Amino acid sequence: MKVAVLSVMKAGVNTVMKFRTLGRHAREGGKNIYRNGWMTVASVGAVTTTLILVGVFIALMLNLNQIATNVEKDVEIKVLVELTAEEGQIEDLESKLKDIPEVESVNFSSKEDELNRLIESMGEEGQAWELFEQDNPLNDAFVVKTTDPNDTFDVAENIKNFDYVNEVNYGQQVVEKLLSFTKYARYIGAALIIGLVFTAIFLISNTIKLTIMARSKEIGIMKLVGATNSFIRWPFFIEGMLLGVLGSLIPIGATVGGYYYLYNNLRDKIQFTFVELLPFNPFAWQLALILLSIGAFIGVWGSVMSVRKFLKV
Amino acid sequence: MIEMKDVNKTYPNGVTALQGIDLSIAQGEFVYIVGPSGAGKSTLVGMMFREEKHTSGSITINGIDLNKLKERKVPQLRRNIGVVYQDFKLLPRLTVYENIAFALEVLEESPKNIKKRVMEVLDLVKLKNKARHIPDQLSGGEQQRVSIARAIVNHPKMMIADEPTGNLDPDTSWDIMQIFEEINAKGTTVIMATHSKEIVNTIRKRVIAVESGRIVRDESRGEYGYEI
Ligand SMILES: Nc1ncnc2c1ncn2[C@@H]1O[C@H](COP(=O)(O)OP(=O)(O)OP(=O)(O)O)[C@@H](O)[C@H]1O
Ligand SMILES: [Mg+2]
Repeated sequence: MKVAVLSVMKAGVNTVMKFRTLGRHAREGGKNIYRNGWMTVASVGAVTTTLILVGVFIALMLNLNQIATNVEKDVEIKVLVELTAEEGQIEDLESKLKDIPEVESVNFSSKEDELNRLIESMGEEGQAWELFEQDNPLNDAFVVKTTDPNDTFDVAENIKNFDYVNEVNYGQQVVEKLLSFTKYARYIGAALIIGLVFTAIFLISNTIKLTIMARSKEIGIMKLVGATNSFIRWPFFIEGMLLGVLGSLIPIGATVGGYYYLYNNLRDKIQFTFVELLPFNPFAWQLALILLSIGAFIGVWGSVMSVRKFLKV
Repeated sequence: MIEMKDVNKTYPNGVTALQGIDLSIAQGEFVYIVGPSGAGKSTLVGMMFREEKHTSGSITINGIDLNKLKERKVPQLRRNIGVVYQDFKLLPRLTVYENIAFALEVLEESPKNIKKRVMEVLDLVKLKNKARHIPDQLSGGEQQRVSIARAIVNHPKMMIADEPTGNLDPDTSWDIMQIFEEINAKGTTVIMATHSKEIVNTIRKRVIAVESGRIVRDESRGEYGYEI
């Protein structure tokens, strides 16, 4: 019997991990997924459930956000000019409106324009209004837009006190409700998503913790054989990431597919309303990427949290 | 090089396993540790690679002062010491091959070198045909040989074996002793705790006898000295 000596064999602790070692850790992490059997199924299930909810929420939220932004952009103040106002007075009013600092644009709309718009917007029934073309009962109007939609209320109230102003319309209640609704919808949606993500992190870290607990003896042996903490940690890290990525596959399929279906079916039905959905491409793919990243993040975070405690063997 | 001065070890449960240990083992020596069960042999060798932390006194291993050794440098200490455990300590879910390879993987050896070297030691301990088995599918003696293979696979400066022949038949025991003598002849320090009177009295080496946590005898070509 003979003990051969290998030429290169150093026993130092390398601080920088070699690339091939990363490959080894990836293989180990992958094998663990397989070795853990039902534990893996449970973890992946937790991530899947979470991400489906998160996916639906994000799709809802971003579309709501899009709708809100569109509506906000469309919020305008209509200033009806008194019927008795003369041309010069109307011009005075216009320059006064333009002087308001919060105002972005002021557009004049004559009573003829107003009538045409009214007729158009009513479609078939609008033709009845054509009778009024000779004797137009409508007011001349200014359409005022503020730079920040949130200023609409104050500016409108202010304009009410101007001379030659008959009426100021801006759908007070609607605007205020919508603005506060979109604001709260964003907050609540964000809070829900964060809550869900943390629940999933907790679930996955618990699952990995169980598998590690079962393996704490093994970790002890690995350390006795000279493994560093990071050497032991890496496969778990990769395992967590794989669990998260695996868990994101079904949610990605479901949300992308679901959005495709909804988008194609709803688009035609709602195209004349102010509601406009985010286009399938690129939105669905961005959503897929987001879900994949959240999945990987949940997995990595969960594994990091659970391994930390067990390395003090 | 192993240097121990006035080393004491008390376990957390209050059991004092060792007291007043003074010991010096030079690089390349072959030393038997003998003594009755519970005398403190495993504890004594365990302190050398930080399986157990000593309570007081000073220990220097291969130039490393264990009192100053930082936690994250412990792997470095262990990589230079091959250990054969009384209870084997094999990784249960890895195959024989993978268990032995693990000691080289932590050193980030190339897969090619790992394969070559693992096959060599498998040959040495006559387990080539069991390379793909997991520990549970092996007999006690076979598991012991796996742990021996793992201990020597990375050419450590010293080797500690805690009853390496406890589960082996006489023939295999002599084979194992031959491996130990060979790696010792190549300059590796060998420290072996044993209950085998036959081995100690046949292959004559330095004998350190431990009783009730104290060194009671230290002879350069000693005898086992106990009736079994
Ligand atoms: N982890 C531990 N916690 C508490 N006491 C321990 C521990 N390990 C060993 N001991 C005690 O320390 C003493 C020495 O034990 P040790 O295992 O070193 O003996 P040994 O000489 O190796 O015995 P054996 O020949 O049976 O292997 C014993 O009294 C034992 O009960
Ligand atoms: Mg013992």
